[in-house]
Amino acid sequence: MTLGLAHYLSVAAILFTLGVLGIFLNRKNVIVILMSVELILLAVNLNLVAFSHFLGDLVGQVFALFVLTVAAAEAAIGLAILVAFFRNRGSIAVEDINVMKG
Amino acid sequence: MTALPDFALAGPELLLAVGALLLLLLGAYGGERRAGLVSDLSALLLLVAAVAVIVGRDGTTFDGAFVVDGFGRFLKVLVLIGSALAVVMTRRFAVAEKFFHFELPVLIVLATIGMLLMVSAGDLIAVYLGLELQSLALYVVAAFHRDDGRSTEAGLKYFVLGALSSGMLLYGASLIYGFTGHVDFAGIAAAASAGGKASLGLTFGIVFVAAGIAFKVSAVPFHMWTPDVYEGAPTPVTAFFAAAPKIAAMALFVRVAMEALEPVKAEWQQIVAFMSLASMILGAFAAIGQRNIKRLMAYSSIGHMGFALVGLAAGSEAGVYGILIYLATYLAMTAGAFAVILSMRRDGVMTEDIDSLAGLSRTNPLVAYLLGIIMFSLAGIPPFAGFFGKYFVFAAAINAGLYWLAVIGILSSVVGAYYYLRIVKIMFLDEPKGAFEPMGGELKAVLGISGLFVAAFALVLGPLGDAALAAARTLF
Repeated sequence: MTLGLAHYLSVAAILFTLGVLGIFLNRKNVIVILMSVELILLAVNLNLVAFSHFLGDLVGQVFALFVLTVAAAEAAIGLAILVAFFRNRGSIAVEDINVMKG
Repeated sequence: MTALPDFALAGPELLLAVGALLLLLLGAYGGERRAGLVSDLSALLLLVAAVAVIVGRDGTTFDGAFVVDGFGRFLKVLVLIGSALAVVMTRRFAVAEKFFHFELPVLIVLATIGMLLMVSAGDLIAVYLGLELQSLALYVVAAFHRDDGRSTEAGLKYFVLGALSSGMLLYGASLIYGFTGHVDFAGIAAAASAGGKASLGLTFGIVFVAAGIAFKVSAVPFHMWTPDVYEGAPTPVTAFFAAAPKIAAMALFVRVAMEALEPVKAEWQQIVAFMSLASMILGAFAAIGQRNIKRLMAYSSIGHMGFALVGLAAGSEAGVYGILIYLATYLAMTAGAFAVILSMRRDGVMTEDIDSLAGLSRTNPLVAYLLGIIMFSLAGIPPFAGFFGKYFVFAAAINAGLYWLAVIGILSSVVGAYYYLRIVKIMFLDEPKGAFEPMGGELKAVLGISGLFVAAFALVLGPLGDAALAAARTLF
């Protein structure tokens, strides 16, 4: 059996779904949400690189490099906001993000 | 050896980027004493960039990733005005609430660069980078009042949902790239029209991209962050969120839909029509029970984005024209309303309660009349500005055969009129609760100008309409 585009896309789709579910089903810890966001971005990167390879087009890999860069910045900002939140509230549990109803 | 790209086309963005770095240095070396100066210079920088946008020329650079055209130019000017007003309105409030640092205006400038890139994006990579530059700055700005639990909570919520929406947009972008083989809008359009009908993968990509952008314009069913972020973020930041980012996200939506995905219009038209319908209805009904004026403005903005999306659902030149007029009037109304909200301070304490506006017509009649005009306009009552915006989008919807969308839109704007007019009733008929502290000069100026613009919109419709028409035409 050879690995085709569909295999890569399936793995990426599974990772993406896991990431989205991780954000919505997780009731414990905000750090898990940050990890889920990373999972989503990595799923996208897998998609981009797989498409790039099978299309024989380099743009997808360039796109993936940009995504990696932005993902790093995004994680840094997320953690910084989380630290500010923790200083006010003394907790990073998801059920404690509840001062405003919504 | 390829030639260098034409940097001059991106002049306003480069000006803002270099200016933001210099202001950051000025703030870092000058310390907190220079914060006021940094704020004033930021506002000036944004206005200079607006002038640079107006006098700039059209063209495409960076291998098609960056597009300057009439459509982009019109919306960039709106975005820059919205950001400049936000910077001007922030200072006094932030000093009083003790969270004024020089980073705040610089972050607003950085977010604005992201918005300009979104408006000018010519391929999916530029879309993503512009969107993230804007969003990353906005997450920080929302949490800027570090010692306030509500502000950091707003920042955290905005971050989590914003990151999710960026991920969805990106996943959609990767599918579109994979199934068309292009990231540039022209290439996507050519590949999409070649098949005659969108492939399944492309359809999935369109759905994910639409969901991601809908988060940013806070269209139902991706609106749930809006009320919490509006309520929790410091009020001047809310004023900023309500205007400029919405305009930029709507511009991005229109550009992606009309330039890249025009050939597969049937695929996204239903999605946009549904989101528009749901946003209008939710905006009208959910705002009725609100007591907090910032939450009310949040639902109001959801409703207004729904009305603007009617123009996109029509998918015609008249629809885009309607969107442009709508966004211009929306910017003026939001700025004016928030100028009043920012001055709701009594005995040194900010209040966000709608009932505290009671009897404003007796304690401060001029403000009450101007806010009254803005509320009538938000409700869409002629002859004020809001009416014209609604008129043009609904006319475009009817011309496109979307009768049901126009009818439900008009009905929900009637329902929405209830809570706008309730504010007028509270101001003019209820017993006064004591005067607010005197309004700052810059808030007076913003309220006065936007109130006049809204009241006398019929007079400026001629030149503004010509500009909007020329702008809309560049997309077709």
